[in-house]
Amino acid sequence: MSDAIKIPRVPPPMAMLAELTHRCPLACPYCSNPTELTGADEELSTAEWISVFRQAAALGVLHVHLSGGEPAARGDLVELTRAAATLGLYTNLITSGLGLTEARVNSLADAGLEHVQLSIQGVSPESADRIGGYGGGYNRKIAVAGWVANAGMPLTINAVCHRLNMDEIEAMIELAIGLKARRIEVATVQFHGWAERNKAALLPTREQAEQATRTVAEARERYRGTLVIDYVPADYHSKYPKACMGGWGRIGMNVTPSGRVLPCHAAETIPSLSFETVRESSLAKIWYEGGAFNAYRGEDWMPELCRNCERKAVDFGGCRCQAMALAGDASATDPVCIRSPLRDDLTLEANAFSVASQADFIYRGRASKT
Amino acid sequence: MSDAPEISRTSIVKLARGVRLHKDSARGRMVLLAPERAMAVDDIALAIVEAFDGEHTLSQIAAGFAEKFDAPVTQIANDITAFVHELSIRRMLEIVE
Repeated sequence: MSDAIKIPRVPPPMAMLAELTHRCPLACPYCSNPTELTGADEELSTAEWISVFRQAAALGVLHVHLSGGEPAARGDLVELTRAAATLGLYTNLITSGLGLTEARVNSLADAGLEHVQLSIQGVSPESADRIGGYGGGYNRKIAVAGWVANAGMPLTINAVCHRLNMDEIEAMIELAIGLKARRIEVATVQFHGWAERNKAALLPTREQAEQATRTVAEARERYRGTLVIDYVPADYHSKYPKACMGGWGRIGMNVTPSGRVLPCHAAETIPSLSFETVRESSLAKIWYEGGAFNAYRGEDWMPELCRNCERKAVDFGGCRCQAMALAGDASATDPVCIRSPLRDDLTLEANAFSVASQADFIYRGRASKT
Repeated sequence: MSDAPEISRTSIVKLARGVRLHKDSARGRMVLLAPERAMAVDDIALAIVEAFDGEHTLSQIAAGFAEKFDAPVTQIANDITAFVHELSIRRMLEIVE
């Protein structure tokens, strides 16, 4: 028996997702924003965001991801980029491309933007614009990719995959190469928020998920040195859960448009948690001492199944928000895990959704403007 | 775009745009920052990265290190090649020549 007192040591955060706004011209039915969107009048001001970036850099954050909604909906995007870059933060823009012009792309490059992640919804205007709910979106994105390449900034294509476009992964990878991207993220939809409402239309079949994994493995070989391919497989069809966020409160934090600081973008779906804002507390205090951040750190919160499992250091018990959504208990083992007592029910549910006739989607709502 | 360019000992490389060294004060180390990636670099890796000046070939860099550290040039050249390969498949290097 050891009488050493166990002092949990929390490492400083590596990354911050800064959701500058929930406003967005697109209405993707799997949007990761919450179903209750924040209006423009509640958004943090330019000065408040710059203060957040300054605190983040001091705290040890290395990468800041300017995201949304569509971050280009913020009139001060160039100013915010310059502020983050000047603080030494590695500054990444996660964008739909809509709201960017060639002049604005060049201004962002001059302001110190280091990387652009551009979403695509499909490989043809018809299929992509149906998913995005915005006519002309696809062609605009192709133009934006060209401006980014001309400005010399590295480009990543973000391709969210689901039942309706999962058979186009190879074409998406080829499109990314054609657009001179260095990276592509092939990420299967995560079923929270809007996507949860559209599960019947979006959940891929098991066959699609298995084919996607093979396609990605082959493409990684073929395009080694040309394109880096990051892949998030369909976890409903996996044996083990994803290592969500690299562990709760371990690597990254998310700041919402109104300044609430979350351990992950879906954390507000867990009703027992409450979240502090940068308007009432410091980022450091929230990261190290905040109740929500400490709720699922380490392993004390884990059910015995996870605490006694050797994979706890690999996947940290999986996704807390998924446990909440599927098991009704955010402290449960992620039901995706083959060791979860709920796994068989989830398999039946996933198979039933996969054979369901295609339902129409519920598009993401629009954030209010002022 | 075709296959990735071959890198040899006569190659001249530099860090690609969007890849840079950063002093990570909170953790007391140097890191190489790239899209979605932060790679901690030790003193040796740091010296190699700093030598990627877009002017000297990998052979010249190896020869310089062999003299400076009084170490066998073949071994140093192999270490540099392995490191360059790792950075290259992550698209973190630009081949100047």
